Amino acid sequence: MDEDIDTRKINNSFLRDHNYATEADIISTVEFNSTGELLATGDKGGRVVVFQREQESKNQPHRRGEYNVYSTFQSHEPEFDYLKSLEIEEKINKIRWLPQQNAAYFLLSTNDKTVKLWKISERDKRPEGYNLKDEDGRIRDPTTITALRVPVLRPMDLMVEATPRRVFSNAHTYHINSISVNSDYETYMSTDDLRINLWHLEITNRSFNIVDIKPANMEELTEVITAAEFHPNQCNTFVYSSSKGSIRLCDMRAAALCDNHSKFFEEPEDPSNRSFFSEIISSISDVKFSHSGRYLMTRDYLTVKVWDLNMESKPLETYQVHDYLRSKLCSLYENDCIFDKFECVWNGTDSVLMTGSYNNFFRMFDRNTKRDVTLEASRENSKPRAILKPRKVCVGGKRRKDEISVDSLDFSKKILHTAWHPSENIIAVAATNNLYIFQDKTVTTALKSYVLRISGRQKP
Amino acid sequence: MAGADGDDSLYPIAVLIDELRNEDVQLRLNSIKKLSTIALALGVERTRTELLPFLTDTIYDEDEVLLALAEQLGNFTMLVGGPEYVHCLLPPLESLATVEETVVRDKAVESLRKISHEHSPVDLEVHFEPLVKRLASGDWFTSRTSACGLFSVCYPRVSSTVKAEIRQHFRNLCSDDTPMVRRAAASKLGEFAKVLELEYVKSDIISLFTALASDEQDSVRLLAVEACVSIATLLPQEDLETLVMPTLRQAAEDKSWRVRYMVADKFSELQKAVGPEITKNDLVPAFQNLLKDCEAEVRAAAANKVKEFCENLPEDSRETIIMTHILPCVKELVSDTNQHVKSALASVIMGLSTILGKDNTIEHLLPLFLAQLKDECPEVRLNIISNLDCVNEVIGIRQLSQSLLPAIVELAEDAKWRVRLAIIEYMPLLAGQLGVEFFDEKLNSLCMAWLVDHVYAIREAATCNLTKLVEKFGAEWAQNTIVPKVLGMANDPNYLHRMTTLFCINALSEACGQEITTKHMLPVVLKMSNDQVANVRFNVAKSLQKIGPVLDSNCLQTEVKPVLEKLAADQDIDVKYFAQEAISVLALA
Repeated sequence: MDEDIDTRKINNSFLRDHNYATEADIISTVEFNSTGELLATGDKGGRVVVFQREQESKNQPHRRGEYNVYSTFQSHEPEFDYLKSLEIEEKINKIRWLPQQNAAYFLLSTNDKTVKLWKISERDKRPEGYNLKDEDGRIRDPTTITALRVPVLRPMDLMVEATPRRVFSNAHTYHINSISVNSDYETYMSTDDLRINLWHLEITNRSFNIVDIKPANMEELTEVITAAEFHPNQCNTFVYSSSKGSIRLCDMRAAALCDNHSKFFEEPEDPSNRSFFSEIISSISDVKFSHSGRYLMTRDYLTVKVWDLNMESKPLETYQVHDYLRSKLCSLYENDCIFDKFECVWNGTDSVLMTGSYNNFFRMFDRNTKRDVTLEASRENSKPRAILKPRKVCVGGKRRKDEISVDSLDFSKKILHTAWHPSENIIAVAATNNLYIFQDKTVTTALKSYVLRISGRQKP
Repeated sequence: MAGADGDDSLYPIAVLIDELRNEDVQLRLNSIKKLSTIALALGVERTRTELLPFLTDTIYDEDEVLLALAEQLGNFTMLVGGPEYVHCLLPPLESLATVEETVVRDKAVESLRKISHEHSPVDLEVHFEPLVKRLASGDWFTSRTSACGLFSVCYPRVSSTVKAEIRQHFRNLCSDDTPMVRRAAASKLGEFAKVLELEYVKSDIISLFTALASDEQDSVRLLAVEACVSIATLLPQEDLETLVMPTLRQAAEDKSWRVRYMVADKFSELQKAVGPEITKNDLVPAFQNLLKDCEAEVRAAAANKVKEFCENLPEDSRETIIMTHILPCVKELVSDTNQHVKSALASVIMGLSTILGKDNTIEHLLPLFLAQLKDECPEVRLNIISNLDCVNEVIGIRQLSQSLLPAIVELAEDAKWRVRLAIIEYMPLLAGQLGVEFFDEKLNSLCMAWLVDHVYAIREAATCNLTKLVEKFGAEWAQNTIVPKVLGMANDPNYLHRMTTLFCINALSEACGQEITTKHMLPVVLKMSNDQVANVRFNVAKSLQKIGPVLDSNCLQTEVKPVLEKLAADQDIDVKYFAQEAISVLALA
């Protein structure tokens, strides 16, 4: 109880809007599975909540697409490393679904140190009939047993179980920031600040280090790994991004250790824009391959960039996410917001990009029409099945009626984690402790008319 | 069956059946392991109609329970009524063959393969083959991977129409969408080829093999290398060049180091499979390239195969090939940048001397051995030393002894105790090869120094080493060279060293015999019963128990018994305990 009160004091402004939220409820990752039927979220309290899409029903056609809670489980617990006197948070940093292999679903979840493989399965039968007990559970007199009974399975209400299948631990000295499943379906990699390890999904006591950028002398450390991902269909290729704004592509065919990259993507710095904050804001917070495997998308503090794998010298496209913050970097540095790690996602056809911003705003960029839109995820201005209105931030000059000025943006409401359904225009947006699921009514135009459905996170 | 045994025997069975669903995994596991007892009590009829249907649906359980179940069902034929009813076992095994856990699936497939032989040809077509087809066309890749292992067991025993279907199913799985299934198919390709008629090997298998060997995923391509060995053995020599070699050449130069590693790892098998002519023309240059590969893992795998490859070269051209093609590469590997490569080479390089004979060994190999004996990595030096016997046979060890000694001394004093431990283990071998004279002169002092090492594992190994040396050089040698030194340590101020004396006596008494033990060792042991450290005193009791059988009964009664009785009244509880134990074991009470 005491702890709850403390949190409330600290997060006063934040709690005005979310009166029952605690720190543990803040969503820390969102991920659709490969069919889009399931959506998983992880939170700072170490919980994973899996949502399942409702099947289409004739009498309620509009309910198709609604996601309801399917399974909730505690994936990680807070731990203490006695050797290093370090607390290990239970916060779920990433969730990745495995390709489906039988009727059950599998996902990997990770906190700072330990990756776990979870199985989510359904059970609709249970055995009945004991020899030594009667129907009510009373023990029978052994002497009255004259015949043997074999238990029989009877149908029961559907039960969804989550069971831990593997625990991959003790391989990371630093904090894990990414996990990525290989397209060979048998390996995955886990990445921390300085190293990338390769695991076999069935072997927990051994992993191979494939990238190590730790200098012999830690004082010479100039950059860290911020994210890494496998190519969607070439099992030998992966990329990792760095805090210096570059991306390295490695080919595991060439050598067992991938310390030497085979491609290096970096945009030359514009000397006229150079400032104290240049290096901080060029740090890449997320890197994602397009579904086709041809492009890379990276997110830094102010922009989203699309790179062609065949052109290392500069990005193909650059989109400004919130360029109006460029003049406010000083105060964003003071309140630490400048270190926020925004993620970015592709839509199913690689034609639209989405990423988050502040004030519960999130941005979409259409690569073909070059149109972009700012939308807001919040409870106040939207009801279920309402249509989202584009929002505008006023940059200097006079503020129009429907615009919001840069100075009144709420920097405590940030959208860091979003996900896009693999084939349909359904998006999931995590705004602190709320998960918003929006669906495009007209399917063809991605930037118009998102219908809002709120899946407010209840405390389990 | 149950009724005839009366109610008494029902209770334990009833418990077993109930525990099949106990909350405790261990109890469930115990029950599953006694499944045959349950089935026996139920009788064949109820096993078929009640127990098996229940087991078919229990795939929700823990892996270890499922694993045990899959194994049990492979031996269940008699319990369901013999071969006539063996197909009743298929449903539970089918559901086990689709679970996500590979070990369980593999065990289910193993059991299915086992019971397939118990099916009559008719049952095989009516029951077993449809199951294989169901698995092969299942929605999930777990079931399709399991199917891959079942084709080869049913193929030889079915009609030609069904055979054609099976071949078609296998073809489909080889080009499955998921790499998991293609890997399973690739790993069973060789096995399946073995049961196929030769015409189909040529028409079907070769094209599948070529396709898998050029799969986009290297994890699939590398498995085709293994299949290559079996396929090459099946084909007549004249077809190898056109059907297999293009693929093999391509694999040896694959872009992915993992595929080249696989080729290096399977090189001896490949060499045997393709025969001497192709080896001479194709494999020798391929092997040279692998030894020079840019990836250390590949070079290490190839280095491991150097001896075997050379041994299996055709005799008429063996020496020329080694001298002109292989040896230059080997020379480069001796100074490789990677220590795993050097250490892999060091573990086999000595074997070349028997193949090349005395003159070549002295001229060409000896400089390499000497260089490796001076290598900076202890593992390389150890691997050379551990294989000295091969060289000894060819050129005698004297050639090496001058360089050997500094290498041994350095390893004996290495800072890592595991390295010291490894060299101790080779001491008896070295002593045998170098002879007693050389040993006394150069190595004896090392063996003694290990007895006072600060790591217990080293002292223990050193003790064990002394026993082996005495076995080799005899009791007289022991009495003159090592016993005095060992006994001298009994007066050491460090109690750990005093205990080492006792441990050595334990180990040596039998090898040295009654006379030395009674005359020299026993007095020292008895004297140590007055030691002020309790650990030493109870080890005296233990030692007396150990050497007692070597002594004569008179000595036991007059000398050992009084001391043990004194120790049995010691104030320390452990000393008392071990003294009493010795008294009772030696029957002195």
